[in-house]
Amino acid sequence: MTQPEIIDESGDKYKYGFVTDIEADTAPIGLNEDIIRLISRKKEEPEWLLEWRLKAFEFWQTMTEPNWAKLTYDKIDYQALHYYSAPKQKQAPKSLNEVDKNLLETYNKLGIPLKEQEALAGVVAVDAVFDSVSVATTYRAKLAEKGIIFCSISEAIKNHPDLVKKYLGSVVPYTDNFFACLNSAVFTDGSFVYIPKGVKSPMELSTYFRINAKNTGQFERTLIVAEDDSYVSYLEGCTAPQRDENQLHAAIVEIVVMNNAEVKYSTVQNWYPGDKEGKGGVYNFVTKRAACRGVNSKISWTQVETGSAVTWKYPSCVLQGDNSVGEFYSVAITNNRQQADTGTKMIHIGKNTTSKIISKGISAGFSNQTYRGLVKVTPQADNARNYSQCDSLLIGKTCGSHTVPYVENRNRSAVLEHEATTSKISDEQLFYCQQRGISEEEAVSLIVNGFCKEVMQHLPMEFAIEAAKLINISLEGSVG
Amino acid sequence: MNAPLLEIEDLCAEVSGKQIIKDFNLTINEGEIHAIMGPNGAGKSTLSYVLCGKPGYTVTSGTVRFKGKDLLSMSTEDRAREGIFLVMQYPVEIPGVPSTTFLKHSVNAVRKYKNLPELDTMEFLKLVREEGRKLGLDNEMLKRPINVGFSGGEKKRMEALEMVVLKPDFAILDEADSGLDIDAMKVVAGSVNSLRDGKRSMLIITHFQRLLNYVEPDFVHIFADGHIVKTGNKNLAVELEQNGYAEYVKVK
Repeated sequence: MTQPEIIDESGDKYKYGFVTDIEADTAPIGLNEDIIRLISRKKEEPEWLLEWRLKAFEFWQTMTEPNWAKLTYDKIDYQALHYYSAPKQKQAPKSLNEVDKNLLETYNKLGIPLKEQEALAGVVAVDAVFDSVSVATTYRAKLAEKGIIFCSISEAIKNHPDLVKKYLGSVVPYTDNFFACLNSAVFTDGSFVYIPKGVKSPMELSTYFRINAKNTGQFERTLIVAEDDSYVSYLEGCTAPQRDENQLHAAIVEIVVMNNAEVKYSTVQNWYPGDKEGKGGVYNFVTKRAACRGVNSKISWTQVETGSAVTWKYPSCVLQGDNSVGEFYSVAITNNRQQADTGTKMIHIGKNTTSKIISKGISAGFSNQTYRGLVKVTPQADNARNYSQCDSLLIGKTCGSHTVPYVENRNRSAVLEHEATTSKISDEQLFYCQQRGISEEEAVSLIVNGFCKEVMQHLPMEFAIEAAKLINISLEGSVG
Repeated sequence: MNAPLLEIEDLCAEVSGKQIIKDFNLTINEGEIHAIMGPNGAGKSTLSYVLCGKPGYTVTSGTVRFKGKDLLSMSTEDRAREGIFLVMQYPVEIPGVPSTTFLKHSVNAVRKYKNLPELDTMEFLKLVREEGRKLGLDNEMLKRPINVGFSGGEKKRMEALEMVVLKPDFAILDEADSGLDIDAMKVVAGSVNSLRDGKRSMLIITHFQRLLNYVEPDFVHIFADGHIVKTGNKNLAVELEQNGYAEYVKVK
């Protein structure tokens, strides 16, 4: 894939390499209509999409950044970011020898196989989202036999414009919230999945996200459509090299689930959390939402959140179809100065809809964590059921944990249950383990893994093993 | 005479700035069973925590050698890996961690320290289930999070199971008989006796003579005012049971 020269807002050509230390072509700093036109032109998008982006941008300018979450961070200067950065094929590392040592060390700690490391580091172009542009997607041929479309959203816009036009923004409209609106204006790439009627995906679909270029706002956009009687399990995993400055990430994931269809969406989020003093780290403002439009449809979110300096994320389920089911399983870990405000929304609209929320929060160091959830039962949602369980585990004396469960019930037939616990790893527990020969670090890992088990068992096997290791790495040095 | 296993010399230790152990001396040789008896609140449990290296228990002077090595310079977990096992008075509940998982981590941590190959899951489960059965802990019980919701007796059986699986060189039983009915006590005493091989040693801390009817000590020490005030054989325990500790506790 060769990239044409980048064109600035005046239409002049920039030479390659105008950004000296990063080998990616990058749009000039700042955000305005011209930058959006440039992104759209660069990606050879149809006119309707450009118009949609511009409308979003216009709306975004009328919005203010939300401040209701329990998060404190330096004000983001949206005019100081690059909004487009694409890797050039010749600049991909040729072997792992050329890849950042810190990054490789993390991969090794995670036990990621060499082949996958190469993919992650961009040495080989396997279903990787390298920076903002999907370099390539594998398995496509095999999936195509079944009629499954799995490609970058840019390709989908080119090759399947009708599908994209029909569903893009249909679950998360650009008016939804500040960050979603920004994403709609400037999203550069992401994934597209379409599972036709009656098809069960023969494999788990996965994509690895990676933030690479400096000061590049990351605006991924993922759209998954599961037609009647279909099934797919989708995995999203992230790693990031160390960076000193904060990086903004505002992604959108939209999922549409039709009659009797099921989508399982699993995430392991491991972006750079900043150093011990809270310097650097990714700002992660994500909007994820699934619409269960059909009867008997089902969406299951499973997330393991260990990274980012700031997390603002509420994967949600809109249960429109009768008998539809929404599930949210979450493990969030914060250490050092990390902050996470995360949870879910379950919106019951159809009859006999059920939802389940299992949230496990682990705080250590000086970190702060909030579970924020909404269970909403609309008047027409007869016999809705929800079960929520929010458990918090504290390690040490300097971290914080907060639980904010909102319930809005407008239907008397609803049965809603909520349980919450807060516990602490006690010195007595650590002594008990150590007296049996188990080191403090191993003891913490044992206790934490026991605490998260209920969620981890919902992850696909290999993902679960990686996630368990990640949890241990995230909590290294959290005691003693 | 057997070689010394544990040698405590002039040990002084404090908790929260308060001196509890004062000029304590005791040598335990391989294969010996010692009992330390004393009134409640005398600091008997403090002694066991000091030996195990529990944080918050500070040694101010004195030495302790275990198998000839300086015990006090070792980390808590290394003392355990060297072969010191404490049967706790109040075993701690650890939610979410099945008993077998806990024990497997424990056994393999000790084996790794001794440069022995780790036990694989099948070998390990066979061993634990067999020993568990002898102690009246069935497979379902072993799957439960360790000590969570266990009765007092079940907790002590679990302690005994951990002990027989780890096979320590030196076991400290801290009020192991508290809260036990007679059947449970017999079972626990049975596992203690099963470990006796002329090499392993035990220190039984108790203020009743009960347990000593089932595990016969070679020496009985009376602990008061931070150290041993009298040493005798098992008859001393019987005498204490009849006359109480009054004679040995200074009037304050």
